[in-house]
Amino acid sequence: MTAQAGRPRPAWQSLDSAQLLLIAAAGMLIIASVTQVGAVGLEDSRTAILFGALIAIGELLRMIMPGSREVAPIASAGSVGYALLLRVGSEPATHSAFQAVTVTACGTLIGALPHIAVGRIPALDAMARRVLSPALVAFVFRPIGTSSLQHHWPLLITVMVLTVMFACAAEMVTAATIRAEAVRTRFAIAFGDEIRAKVPLCAASGATGILIAVSTFVMGPVALLVFSAPILVTQVAFRRFAGIRATYLQTVRALSQVTEVGGYVEAGHSRRVSELAVQMGRELGMNEEALLELEYAALMHDIGQLSLRDPIPGGATVLASPSEQRRIAGLGANVITETGVLNEVAEIVRRQSEPYRAAEGSAPPLASRVIKVANAYDDLVGASSDRDRSAAVLERLRGDSAAEYDPTVVEALGHVVDRMR
Amino acid sequence: MRGLPLAAWAYVCTVVVLAASSIGLSSFDGIDWTTLAVLAVLSVICESAPALLNSENARVSLSYSAGLASVVLLGPTGAAIVGASAIIAWRRDMGVVKRLFNGAQFALSGYLAGVVYSAAGGTTGKPTNGSFPDIIAPYLTAVVTYVAVNLALIGVVLVLTKTAPLWGFRWRPIGSLAAGQLAYGMFGLLIAAPWGLIGPFSAVLVLMPMLLARWAFQQTSDQQQAHAATIAALCQAVETKDYYTRGHSERVSRGAVMIAEAIGMRPERVGAIRYAGMLHDVGKLGVPTKVLQKAGALTEEEYAAIQLHPMRGLEIVREIGFLDEALAGIMHHHERMDGTGYPMGLAGLEIPEFARVISVADAFDVITSTRSYRPARSIEEGIAELRRSAGTHFDPEMVEALIAAITRHGWTQPDPVPPPEEGEETTQQDHDDPSAPLRVAGEGVR
Repeated sequence: MTAQAGRPRPAWQSLDSAQLLLIAAAGMLIIASVTQVGAVGLEDSRTAILFGALIAIGELLRMIMPGSREVAPIASAGSVGYALLLRVGSEPATHSAFQAVTVTACGTLIGALPHIAVGRIPALDAMARRVLSPALVAFVFRPIGTSSLQHHWPLLITVMVLTVMFACAAEMVTAATIRAEAVRTRFAIAFGDEIRAKVPLCAASGATGILIAVSTFVMGPVALLVFSAPILVTQVAFRRFAGIRATYLQTVRALSQVTEVGGYVEAGHSRRVSELAVQMGRELGMNEEALLELEYAALMHDIGQLSLRDPIPGGATVLASPSEQRRIAGLGANVITETGVLNEVAEIVRRQSEPYRAAEGSAPPLASRVIKVANAYDDLVGASSDRDRSAAVLERLRGDSAAEYDPTVVEALGHVVDRMR
Repeated sequence: MRGLPLAAWAYVCTVVVLAASSIGLSSFDGIDWTTLAVLAVLSVICESAPALLNSENARVSLSYSAGLASVVLLGPTGAAIVGASAIIAWRRDMGVVKRLFNGAQFALSGYLAGVVYSAAGGTTGKPTNGSFPDIIAPYLTAVVTYVAVNLALIGVVLVLTKTAPLWGFRWRPIGSLAAGQLAYGMFGLLIAAPWGLIGPFSAVLVLMPMLLARWAFQQTSDQQQAHAATIAALCQAVETKDYYTRGHSERVSRGAVMIAEAIGMRPERVGAIRYAGMLHDVGKLGVPTKVLQKAGALTEEEYAAIQLHPMRGLEIVREIGFLDEALAGIMHHHERMDGTGYPMGLAGLEIPEFARVISVADAFDVITSTRSYRPARSIEEGIAELRRSAGTHFDPEMVEALIAAITRHGWTQPDPVPPPEEGEETTQQDHDDPSAPLRVAGEGVR
């Protein structure tokens, strides 16, 4: 959902420090583990290969969740399961944490190969997390699990659950740190977003991991095959969810162009306003959910103009009279209300033309204020990249702020524009 | 439930009696009541919140898992009791008779599955290390029995209450339903297997991913509806520009779907054509209002502007990924079979199938709705008009498909539109109308 400004850079250059640190940590851990396993040899190679295969398949089936989060629930379940594995049938499983890491890493790499072969480069930091998180489980759990606790079931299960939860939390903290840096938002907000986006999948793969580990006691290696089924269903469900979310956004983006094709607004106006608005919203500390609503509202903010007989000259609503602006906003909100599902978005659109200091009533919602400023800026600057012009427009908006525009929102615009230059 | 046919009553009673006797006449020796209670509670919870599969009417609930877990853990009688517990599921949409039948059919499915499971050599009770992999074959037969009995019992009631036809069942949704049930049934083994080790906790572990999947499916279907509603609302917004064409997109979409279903298109393609029909005229926005509303003959330039609208539409929707095939439909919906259409002048089967479908639905709706220059024609006149132009303008196969679909399902014509208020300008001719072609200066009609 972010507009990646600037030229595309080579993959390694676009990594920031937190990502590099994470990838380096994962790399070092993998090298250490492989060396250790190489030295002492692979224990119970059949089970190791089975789990490795499951992880590889999971990696092959990885998917992108909303917010371009790369996840591989099946692979995660497999690696957590191997980290928690204490017995296969009647044979005890005594593999070390290092071996667990090695199997996870090998599976992940093998599963990633076909993707790389067809040119889909994995998100390296997400991949590193997929190795590190089960590694954490392995290093915490294996010393406990192989101790005398082994035969005390309720306690053992509790320890498993706690370990998995701990690893999930750790993963979300690292993901949030990286995200906060990448999209320039505060850590707390990024962490909140991460929790909302990841907790269900973390819980699902964690539960399946535990289940695999436990049922391998009873069923032997067959368990792997059978117990991957629930997580497979979960994965299918979430993949479809991610798919429709992406399609929805695509549709709104595409259909928001009708005002441009109809000659009501300048070409590219809706897209530019929405990109600007999302960056400003982020600057102002809005979370992902609010940003998505903001983006929809910004894309459709001019839809009310479709009801006008003749386009406003130049399509710039900022030049229309306040009552006309308000009428267009109302018409647009009515169109959006028709969908029956985007009520918040409709409300944002309805109130986009209200001045910040309204004579009566409460101030419009933050998203409306953001769109008002972004729209005014784009109406006056347009596609032009002239710095003087944008500086002059910013000055003008600052002059009008406090009464017409929210000063903090105008400041956020100032930061965003500064970055774009 | 009142007004059930007699046969249906008799059937429901038979099933309920059979289920009751399967429980009542068995011995309860050796049943682990704690396990039974836990599974029954689980089954009730799951049945209270059935998961929606993608097809509208197909509901698969996780109680299948509980039912089949009880086949292994408790045997036929226990499974029947667990199944019967569905009677007290918290479902507001179910009347007493429906509840009874639902519980009875689950009980019967569970009982028969349990009998088959034992007969196939499965051992009842908590599985141990030695149970695998021998348990898998009997379990599979039990799952298949459970699903088959369940589907058969419900299928008969649907036929008897006339909610489903006796012949001409739509097999595809049933197939996906059965697949969902088989899959959910398999989870019963997953619940049963570690039961001896960790007890009911195994149900929590198995059901957690499933409940999350359910949540995601729900979200997906909500989003799908939101998506469809958003497209419809935006299309409507585009239509408000013209007084007489309101509702046109919606009806073309409906007509296109009717044709698509009549010629046996796959469901995914029917879904795509629904959107294509909705969006086919979105490019009309690019045509200046004064051209659309012009009363007299059009100049060459104005006609060219109209001819451009399919391409404009394509420009707008091109980036919507799911529309791949629909794009061709939108772009070519004004091609004619004889090759005199626009924008490319394709002829015959060169015209993409979607476009041939949409063009028939499009013309039919225009003929049967009111225009400023004439009142709406009747459905019969519309059909006659389509037949007249079949082969030259329309693909005869699509025309016949639409006519067949209309004969079977009917067609809701738009309400007659009263003339607009004074001062509102409207279109004086419609580019979609085959019965009144556009007049272009110097060239006669188009």
